[in-house]
Amino acid sequence: MTYIAKPKFHHPGLKKNELGYTHRDYEGKISTLCAGCGHDSITASIIEACYELSIEPHRVAKISGIGCSSKTPDYFLGNSHGFNSVHGRMPSVLTGANLANRDLIYLGVSGDGDSASIGFGQFAHSIRRGVNMTYIVENNGVYGLTKGQFSATADRGSKSKKGVTNTDNAIDLVAIALQLGATFVARSFSGDKTQLVPLIAAAIRHKGASFIDVISPCIAFNNHAGSTKSFDYVREHNDAVNRLDVLVGRDPIAVDYAPGTVQMVEQHDGSRIALRKIDADYDPHDRLGAQTFLQKHAAKGQIVTGLLYVDPDAEDLHEHLNTVETPLNTLEADTLCPGSAALDKFNASLR
Amino acid sequence: MSDKKPISSVNDFVVRFANVNGSGSASANEMFARAILRHGVPVSPRNIFPSNIQGLPTWYEVRVTEDGHLGARGGVDMMVAMNPQTWDKDVAGIEPGGYLFYDSTKPMPSTKFRDDITVIGVPLTAITNSTYTDPRQRQLFKNIIYLGALSALLDMDPKLIEQLIGEQYKGKEKLLSSNVHALHLGRDWALQNLKCPTGLRVKKSDKVGDRIFIEGNSAAALGAVYGGATVCAWYPITPSSSVAEAFTAHCKKYRHDPETGKAKYAIVQGEDELASIGIVIGASWNGARAFTATSGPGISLMTEFIGLSYFAEIPAVIMNIQRAGPSTGMPTRTQQCDIIACAYASHGDTKHVLLFPEDPAEAFEFAAAAFDLAERLQTTIFLMLDLDIGMNHRLCRPLKWDDAKQYDRGKVMTAEMLDEGRDFGRYLDVDGDGIPYRTYPGTHPTKGSYFTRGTSRDRYARYSEEGSVYADNMQRLMRKFETAQDLVPRPLQANAERPTKYGVIYFGSTTPAMDEAIGLLEARGHQLDRLRIRAFPFHSSVASFLAEHDFVYVVEQNRDSQLRQLIVNENGIDPVRLVPIVHYDGSPITARFIAKAIGDHQDHIKVTPLRKAVS
Ligand SMILES: Cc1ncc(C[n+]2csc(CCOP(=O)(O)OP(=O)(O)O)c2C)c(N)n1
Ligand code: SF4
Repeated sequence: MTYIAKPKFHHPGLKKNELGYTHRDYEGKISTLCAGCGHDSITASIIEACYELSIEPHRVAKISGIGCSSKTPDYFLGNSHGFNSVHGRMPSVLTGANLANRDLIYLGVSGDGDSASIGFGQFAHSIRRGVNMTYIVENNGVYGLTKGQFSATADRGSKSKKGVTNTDNAIDLVAIALQLGATFVARSFSGDKTQLVPLIAAAIRHKGASFIDVISPCIAFNNHAGSTKSFDYVREHNDAVNRLDVLVGRDPIAVDYAPGTVQMVEQHDGSRIALRKIDADYDPHDRLGAQTFLQKHAAKGQIVTGLLYVDPDAEDLHEHLNTVETPLNTLEADTLCPGSAALDKFNASLR
Repeated sequence: MSDKKPISSVNDFVVRFANVNGSGSASANEMFARAILRHGVPVSPRNIFPSNIQGLPTWYEVRVTEDGHLGARGGVDMMVAMNPQTWDKDVAGIEPGGYLFYDSTKPMPSTKFRDDITVIGVPLTAITNSTYTDPRQRQLFKNIIYLGALSALLDMDPKLIEQLIGEQYKGKEKLLSSNVHALHLGRDWALQNLKCPTGLRVKKSDKVGDRIFIEGNSAAALGAVYGGATVCAWYPITPSSSVAEAFTAHCKKYRHDPETGKAKYAIVQGEDELASIGIVIGASWNGARAFTATSGPGISLMTEFIGLSYFAEIPAVIMNIQRAGPSTGMPTRTQQCDIIACAYASHGDTKHVLLFPEDPAEAFEFAAAAFDLAERLQTTIFLMLDLDIGMNHRLCRPLKWDDAKQYDRGKVMTAEMLDEGRDFGRYLDVDGDGIPYRTYPGTHPTKGSYFTRGTSRDRYARYSEEGSVYADNMQRLMRKFETAQDLVPRPLQANAERPTKYGVIYFGSTTPAMDEAIGLLEARGHQLDRLRIRAFPFHSSVASFLAEHDFVYVVEQNRDSQLRQLIVNENGIDPVRLVPIVHYDGSPITARFIAKAIGDHQDHIKVTPLRKAVS
C-alpha cells in the first residue's frame, strides 16, 4: 500500500485555536516526498497559517496540478476536499470550482514546471480574471517528479545536478503576476516560516487573485553548487522587503513595532496586515514600483522576498460577472428553470 | 430559347442564392425563407458559407417543401446568381428546365447562359443606383429589391413580407418604410417587365402548423438553461460559438435575479479549450451544472481532461457541433465525423456517453437531459450536433417542458446522510449499478472529504497502484457504462409496411433526408425497416435489430463509417452484414443520395422485393 494514514491520536494538551481546532486538525496524510524537500516546509506553513486563521478545514478546497508540489495537498487539511487534476491545469479547475461555490476558500498548489511551462497560459489567465484564490507555486527550478530536468524558472547560467548549464532565460512568475494584475503578490522561501506563514494567511484573507511564489529547494535534483534554487543560494541572496503579521478581528490592534516602520493594510474582509518595513522606501501599493524594484534586484542576483504588492480593495471574478451571492451549486430547478409558460412564449416568438 | 420545358411546381422547389460574403444578403435571404413559412408552407433553409469573413462566395438555399421534407434535396430549381465569381458553377448547377435570376444591368454574352433554362434578368444595379446614392444603402437595398422581384416571380403575397419587415424594424420607422419601399421597387419592376409568375409558385397552405423555426445551437443552449446549467466555459470555434452566444442571450433574459439584478449563472470565455473543459470539470466537481460547447479541434485538445472526467468520475457536458475534419478540415462544412473520437476520447480504456439529437427540438431536450445524465453517471456526456442542425434554421415541433420536473442530481451524500453513519467510500459500488456516491466540497467538518485524482485509487479514494484495486475500479466503470444503456434515449424503430430482411440505421441530422429517402426507395420497390440511434452506449434493441435483418445499411456523414465501426466494435457482430452508406463532401446528405446508394446496393444484391415473395 502506498497510502500512509496518520495515526488519529491527539495529545490532550494540544493548543486549540479560536474554533477549538488543534494543529492536528489541519494536517493531512504523511508526506511521501523526499526527506528535506522544501515542499514539506511549505505544507507545514500552510497548516500553520490555516490554524492561526481559525479556518474550518472542510471549507477549504485544495486544488493542484501534477508534480511533487502538486502532491502536497494530500499532506495538509485532511478534512477538506482535494483535487489533483492534470499537469498544468490547476488554475482552470480551480476557476470552475470557485464559480460553482463562492463561499469556500480556494487554495491552488502548483509547481514551477506545472505553472511556468505546460500551465503558463492557465496561470496567466486565472490571475488576469481575478479568481479569488491563493495560488502558491512551490518553485524549485526543476521538474522534481520527472527527475531533474530544468524548468522554465531555472535561471540562465545556473547548473543542473549533472553539470549542464541552462542557456534559456528564466520566467519570473512574480513579475508576470504583477504585470497581469494580481492583487496580492508575494515571494518567499520555504525555509523561512516566519515570513511565509503570515504571507499565506494574508493571501487567504485577500479577496481576489493572490499569488505567492515560494522558492522551495529540491534536495534530490537542485540543491547543489551552481543552482540558484538551493537552500544555500537562497539564504545568501534573500533580500526581504518587509515582514508581516495578519490580524483578524482582534480589536484594538496593538502594534509593537516602532512607528514609521509599520504600515497597516486593511483588507476587504476587515482583516489587517501589519507590514514591518525592512526596506524603508518600499511601497507595496505601487505596482509599477514593485516591478522596477524586482527587476533591479534580479539584475544584481538578489531574490526579493516579502509582500511585493497588495490592492486591499480588489474585486474578484464573481464581482466582474455580477453573480448572485448564493453559491451557484445550491440553485435548483425552481430558480434556474424558466418553466413551460416562458417556453410557450419563446415558441410563439419563433413562428 | 429553352429546349426543355420550364419546371412547373407549386410549393415544391429549391431556390439558391449565390452571394458574396459580407454583402449583407443574409437577412434578405432569410426573410425570403420566413415569408414562405408565413404562407403556411414548410421550408428548409441552409447556409453554405466559407471559412472567411468577407469577399468569398456564400450560398443560401431554401427548399420549399409542402410535403415537409426538411433534409437537403440536391439540385437547384431557381438560382439567384448574385456572385460573378461563382457564375459558371451556379449556372451549371441549375436543374434542366430551371430558372436563372440575375442582375442584367450589364449585358452578358449568350455563352454565359444555358439553353435548357429560363433566364430572368432584372437590372438590379441600375435600379438601386438610380434610387440610392449612399454606397452602403445601394448594397443593402439591392438585396431587398431582388426579394421584391422574387415575390412577384414566385407569386408570393407581399403583405406577408411587409409584415416580417415590420417585425424586424419594429420601432425604427425610417428603416421600416425604406425597406418596404425597396421591396415594392423590385416587385413593381418585375410585374411590369417580366412574365410573372414563373412556373415556380408559392401558394398559401396550412402545412406549418404550430411548428417553430429555430437553429439547433440556440435550442441546445436553451436546453442548457432549462437543464439548470449555471457555468459555461467556452472558446470560440465555428460552428459551436453560437451555442455559447445563445446561452448568454438566454441567460440574460431568464436568469437574472429580479430583485438584485444579479446573474444566476457564470459564463467564461476561456483562453482555450483546455481551460474551458477544466472550468467545467472544476465547477461540476463542486456541484454546479456546467458545460462547454466546441467542435472537432476543441475535442482534440480536451481529451486529457475527458479522460480525467471518466476516471475520476466528474460530471461534464460537452456540446460538440461537428464540422468536417480532420485537423482544420473544412471548418464551415458539416459532417458527423467525431463519433469515434468522442466515444473513446482520451488515452487508456475509456468510453463515453454520446447523445444524437435529430433536430433542434431534440437538441433542446437532450441538452437538458445531458445534465441529469452527467450527474447521475458522474461522467462526460457529449451532445453530438453538427453544423447542419446547429447553424441552420430548422422547422421542428415546439419545445416542451414539464414543470413538475426536478433535476436528477445523482448520488450525492449529504451531511445528514454522513451523520446517519452511512459508509462513504467515494468509489464504492453501493447499489450494484457501478455508480458510487460523491460529496461536494465543504459538506461536513469531519466526514466525507476525499481526494480526487486521475491516479489509481481504491474504493475509499486512497491512492493505490495495486493491480487488483485498479482492475476492480475499471470493471466497476464498465458496469456503470452498462447502466448508462438504460438511462440514455432509446433508439426509435419504424418498420416498413411489409416484412423485410433489410434494415437501415442512421442518426442525428441525417434523419430528415432518411425519412424522405424511405419514400423514394419504396417507390423503387425496396422496403426497409429503420432504426434511428439516439445514443451511445447502444441499447440492446440495436443488437436485436441487427439480428433480425440480413443486411443493415448504416447511413452517416463521414468517410470511415464511424457509427458502423462503433456498432461492430461494441456488438461483436459480423461487419459484412453492415453496409456503409457514407456521404462526406461537407454538404448535408440528401434523400436522393441515400436512395441511390441504398437502391443501387439493393439492386446489386439482386433483391427480390419481399412484397413479390409474399404476394
Ligand atoms: C501532459 C503531461 N505531460 C507530462 C507529464 C509528466 N510530468 C509529471 S510531473 C512533471 C513536472 C513537475 O514539475 P513541477 O511542476 O516543477 O513540480 P515538482 O515535481 O518539481 O514539484 C511532468 C513533466 C504529465 N503528468 N502530464
Ligand atoms: S524530487 Fe525534489 S521536489 Fe520531488 S519530493 Fe524529492 S526533493 Fe521534493
